[in-house]
Amino acid sequence: MQYHSPESFAQAARLAAEAEGVTRFLAGGTDVLVQLRADIVTPDTLIDIKKIPGTHDITRNGDGSWTLGVAVPGAELGEHAGLVADWPGVVEAMNLVGSTQVQGRATLTGNLCNGSPAADSVPAMVAASMTATVTGPDGERVVAVEDIPTGPGRTSLARGEVISALHIPARGENAGDAYLRFIPRSEMDIAVVGCAVNLRLDGDTITEARVSLGAVAPTVLLVGDAAAAIIGSTLDDAALDRLAAAASAACKPIDDKRGTIAFRTEVAGVLAKRVARIAYARAKGEIIKGHHG
Amino acid sequence: MSKIHVSTTVNGDAVEYLCDPRETLLDCLRDKLSLTGAKEGCGTGDCGACSVTLDGRLVCSCLVLGVEAEGKEIGTVEGIAEGDVLHPLQQKFIDYAALQCGICTPGILVAAKALLEQNPDPTEEEVRFWLAGNLCRCTGYDKIIRAVMDTARDMRETA
Repeated sequence: MQYHSPESFAQAARLAAEAEGVTRFLAGGTDVLVQLRADIVTPDTLIDIKKIPGTHDITRNGDGSWTLGVAVPGAELGEHAGLVADWPGVVEAMNLVGSTQVQGRATLTGNLCNGSPAADSVPAMVAASMTATVTGPDGERVVAVEDIPTGPGRTSLARGEVISALHIPARGENAGDAYLRFIPRSEMDIAVVGCAVNLRLDGDTITEARVSLGAVAPTVLLVGDAAAAIIGSTLDDAALDRLAAAASAACKPIDDKRGTIAFRTEVAGVLAKRVARIAYARAKGEIIKGHHG
Repeated sequence: MSKIHVSTTVNGDAVEYLCDPRETLLDCLRDKLSLTGAKEGCGTGDCGACSVTLDGRLVCSCLVLGVEAEGKEIGTVEGIAEGDVLHPLQQKFIDYAALQCGICTPGILVAAKALLEQNPDPTEEEVRFWLAGNLCRCTGYDKIIRAVMDTARDMRETA
């Protein structure tokens, strides 16, 4: 295995494009090293991106948007008061991944590129309309987070392409986001269903919404019908019932040891209601702490 | 396979080793630096027996490559005591018999020390969540949690 630690993303992309065999990028390593150890993926070339300037930075831009370095671990997101205030749903979703030790290393970008349909942070990133800058041998492009995963363990990134930054839009006024997952334990588990909601209010009325589901399809889903079910409402009981029905209708889950098709479909609706209530309360200015808060 | 030269700091001491890029930090600590406090339990980041700090941040050393330690500050259980004087957590673990086979103990001490540095007054729930990545198959956790809570209380009173 060849180990490289380039000093720019352009150099990282060139190394990846020219490498033969299996290439992996290394940020937190909490998936890459597990796959290496288990003989699932043994890279011929490993490109450690952590020495590239900016990869450890959390930046609030002048317009209120955020730029996140791709090596920022979950623990640092949780310790950043400004980011937690703006995007509590994104942070609480990432902070549900693994243990304290894993939080010291695991990154949003890694969670995204691992391609798991059950990745906790990905529904929250999708609901938040996050985008990724992708650097390749021919330059950069900006891609919506929901367009990165294409199936379990697969992404739309071409050979030689690497995510070089993540972007969160400006939070703006009267808005909130939230994420919940169902697991049979209280900690250290993989989502049976995950749901994120991001919404904006005008008075009591929802004017914008995005609803995303995890672990109920081959990729994380952005569910337009579920958002439409609550836009224009005050999140009254009828709107919540429409939301639950739309969330359940979008599910195309598998049966496995963690949950049946029927269970996942039902829980998706239940979670969507609960998450929407939290996002709504946050949009109203309430401080609602996440699971670890 | 060419080996890579790594210069790093472990428990305040400058050290160097040569490693294959596939070797983990845990392998390097144990096999090259003879620091065998960190244990290999699962090797996949689930059990926490290999817990160390990397630039002050709690991590599983089985999920860090040896080459990634270049220029970093590593903290292991060997650095917790000051000479012959045990760290209050170590003494309290003895007082409470908060260990049996001892395999998980170094990782739990490193993790608990990192918690108390960040949060000197944790609730029991916070201690349990913080240590959720440190598996113990002997004690049932209760003595461990009580030892950490009591150490925190003592350290607050003497601070």
